[in-house]
Amino acid sequence: MSELLIKDGRVIDPANKIDTVSDVLIREGKIAEIGSVKASGEMKTIDAKDKYVVPGLIDLHVHFREPGDEGKETIASGSHAAVAGGFTSVACMPNTQPTIDNEATVEYVYRQAAEANLANVYATGAITKGRDGEELAEMGQMVRGGVVAFTDDGTGVQDSGVMLKAFQYASMFDKVIMQHCQDDAIAGNGCMNSGYQATVLGLPGMSPLAEELMIARDLLLVQQTKARYHVQHLSTKKAAQIIREAKQQGIAVTTEVSPHHLLLTEDCCVGYDTNYKMNPPLRRQEDVDAMRQAVADGTIDCLATDHAPHLSSEKELEFFNAPPGILGLECALGLYVKALIDTKTIDWPRMIAMMTHIPADILSIDKGTLAIGADADVTIIDPTSPWQVDVEKFYSKSRNCPFHGWDLTARATHTIVGGEIKFQLG
Amino acid sequence: MQELLDSKKINELLETMAEKIYNEFSSTDSVALVGIRSRGEILAQRLNQLLQNKGLSQLDSGVLDITLYRDDLDLKGADQPQVRSTEIEFDINEYHIILIDDVIWTGRTIRAALDALMDIGRPKVVRLAILVDKGFREFPIHPDYIGQEIDVSVDQKVRVYLNETDDKEQVVVE
Amino acid sequence: MKKKSSSKDFVWRRKHLLGLKGMSADELIHLFNTAEGFKEISQRSIKKAPALRGKVVGNLFFEDSTRTRTSFALAVSRLSADIVEFTAKASSLSKGETLRDTARNLEAMGIDMVVVRHKAGGAANLLSQCIDACVINAGDGYHEHPTQGLLDIFTIRELRQDIKGLKVAIVGDIAHSRVARSNIWALHTLGAEVFLVGPPTLMPSAVSQLPVTVCHDFDSIIGQMDVLNMLRVQFERIGSPVIPSLLEYSRLFALTEKRMEKAKSDVIVMHPGPMNRGLEIEGTVADGPNSTVLRQVSNGLAVRMAVLFLVNQASKLPADERIDS
Repeated sequence: MSELLIKDGRVIDPANKIDTVSDVLIREGKIAEIGSVKASGEMKTIDAKDKYVVPGLIDLHVHFREPGDEGKETIASGSHAAVAGGFTSVACMPNTQPTIDNEATVEYVYRQAAEANLANVYATGAITKGRDGEELAEMGQMVRGGVVAFTDDGTGVQDSGVMLKAFQYASMFDKVIMQHCQDDAIAGNGCMNSGYQATVLGLPGMSPLAEELMIARDLLLVQQTKARYHVQHLSTKKAAQIIREAKQQGIAVTTEVSPHHLLLTEDCCVGYDTNYKMNPPLRRQEDVDAMRQAVADGTIDCLATDHAPHLSSEKELEFFNAPPGILGLECALGLYVKALIDTKTIDWPRMIAMMTHIPADILSIDKGTLAIGADADVTIIDPTSPWQVDVEKFYSKSRNCPFHGWDLTARATHTIVGGEIKFQLG
Repeated sequence: MQELLDSKKINELLETMAEKIYNEFSSTDSVALVGIRSRGEILAQRLNQLLQNKGLSQLDSGVLDITLYRDDLDLKGADQPQVRSTEIEFDINEYHIILIDDVIWTGRTIRAALDALMDIGRPKVVRLAILVDKGFREFPIHPDYIGQEIDVSVDQKVRVYLNETDDKEQVVVE
Repeated sequence: MKKKSSSKDFVWRRKHLLGLKGMSADELIHLFNTAEGFKEISQRSIKKAPALRGKVVGNLFFEDSTRTRTSFALAVSRLSADIVEFTAKASSLSKGETLRDTARNLEAMGIDMVVVRHKAGGAANLLSQCIDACVINAGDGYHEHPTQGLLDIFTIRELRQDIKGLKVAIVGDIAHSRVARSNIWALHTLGAEVFLVGPPTLMPSAVSQLPVTVCHDFDSIIGQMDVLNMLRVQFERIGSPVIPSLLEYSRLFALTEKRMEKAKSDVIVMHPGPMNRGLEIEGTVADGPNSTVLRQVSNGLAVRMAVLFLVNQASKLPADERIDS
């Protein structure tokens, strides 16, 4: 009988409103006991004194690039990055080559994930075939294959008629529709926030309107259906306000925010460093402030990295031509602490909730809690030890991360998936 | 710092040089005084005035900036030179050119000046007039009209101050 | 007209010329004074000086531009350096050779300076970060075209005592103009008052944060202007959502003879070229007495010689005395 005992940690399990110093006993891959547990002879023990013991972290927005772009990341390397960052469950976006828009590709993802045997990797499926915004993908087939959500991430569904049908159709599966909110007619070829820096740098700008318009449209559409709607990587002040008001009206909408939209502004783009090229783009300080405010007041439900690996040779292109996106998994926890805890925006239990049971609820997966009998996905966090981000030490295959060299506190020391230690800080 | 020449002496030397120049050219020659920036330019203006007083009135004059012809442009650590304009408004072909500078030492400046002149045209004759000759030549160049030869060691600096640019007039050795 | 020379002690520290934003008035004036010294070379029988003898300059054009490329090529040869012409289709795909690859190749050939034109803003900055050679921006996207800005202002300076207090209108497609941006920064630094004239659809998104006055009614301000800099209108914008038609654009913003009647009699009329006669400027105005179009071209040569000379001088300074960005 395999047993693992985590001794003397501060156990934070927001789903069950637990926040107390205690022991956690894992038996046969499940949470067996929380309380004072006496270590017995055979039992493997982890000393978690002064550490936080929390449900395994969940990131519902990552790009593992497989199939198709295995040079950037694979499900195996991405899973390794996930557990190194304290994440036990991730949801992979379907913008691969080919697109994950049918049952076969969904099954491929789960097969690769099982082979990697590190984190729980969930597949999401495209809303439309080939993510081209025209025909609905085989959602029912993909649900059979195990997808947890639908999204055309990387692009938004432009046609309002198609989007309405997608909401209607998806509602029969009770799977969330996640939207990359970007009205292309407004966004144009924008490669950074339209504003002062884009004007000075002579780069085409992407107006905040592109994001806000699509959110406003989708909120009108989703009310006509019973679907659940999730706004990906929120980035503008007005977008946050639109969602805040929608929630007040009881509309079924959730949203997420990335570390970079909580910490960086368009001013970072001075110097044309492509590691600051994101989509949605980095906005202004008042947008960053608004993101933090939206986290504080619950407008933003969860935290998601939008982990987006790219080849160095691609990020070495001119700013306009380089692909958008950055690595997130391996430094996200420390970055959230810097953005949200150090600034007293929220407390640890709230932050853990936003990284565990709330994203689990959005995806309707049975994760994110330390309830007795639950899968033993557990992350142990050292909340105070300082460390420096070094991309060269990342498990990800890529290196595109603007946080390289940042001094952070808080990182995962142990990542336990299904009762097995998949990562231990060495 | 030690004064080598005072204002009175400088004027005497220029007068002597003017006299020599005057005696060597006939009034039918096309003669031009070309000063090397920046103090050669001032000395050229003064000589021009002295020669006109003597009756050589058909004089042209110009200024030569030799910066682009210096041989130390590519040396690391050299002072950054300031490029200024060469102002020679006449066609120097067939002219008798008298190049004028304040101090001669290695001869490198004059080498540069000759190259600069050759890029502008083909003078009939080029002569060299120098107020102070410090010696220690590194190139086979010798002035035709010398104000004064002075005896200093190689590492001593000779500086010429002129009223027009320096608010005082003397030659000193440092 | 004689200009007072800048301080004798002034040292040019920029190893690259990437843009005019952030360049001080002293730097601009030093550059103009230096360019003054280079004008004479073009007027003599042997149009050459040995200032950059033995240097190799790469003329790296990823975007067509006969004028700027030729002007730089001539400037390089007048300073006795060798030029390597390199024209290429812009690398836009990750699979192709990147700008960095090209730059490293050039460097392996022993190039000392690179003149670069690219359709992506920041391309010159990128290049300056990955090679040791001096980089001169010959236009990158909508970002900057510093030598054009310099030659425009050098030309104004020749005709007016002082830039300070002059009213300069830049007319046309400001949003997509690197020429406008370079002019705006340097004119503002030197104390001119800059007016941007054109439809709102051709203004950059944050124009209100630039040190300029925006105006959509050309006729209402033309009478106060000392300089009119007419930008080239790209034909592909006509009929797009930004300009309804050529006729309408010409009516509202072209510099016609009729409109010139409202301008000061000695107004300076500039155009960075190549002109669309009959679109943004009427042929008779372009060829008229107020036009400095050809003067701009010949001044461009002197300015580019000065830039080549100065960045090469700066490259010899110790690293801690240099500005490499």
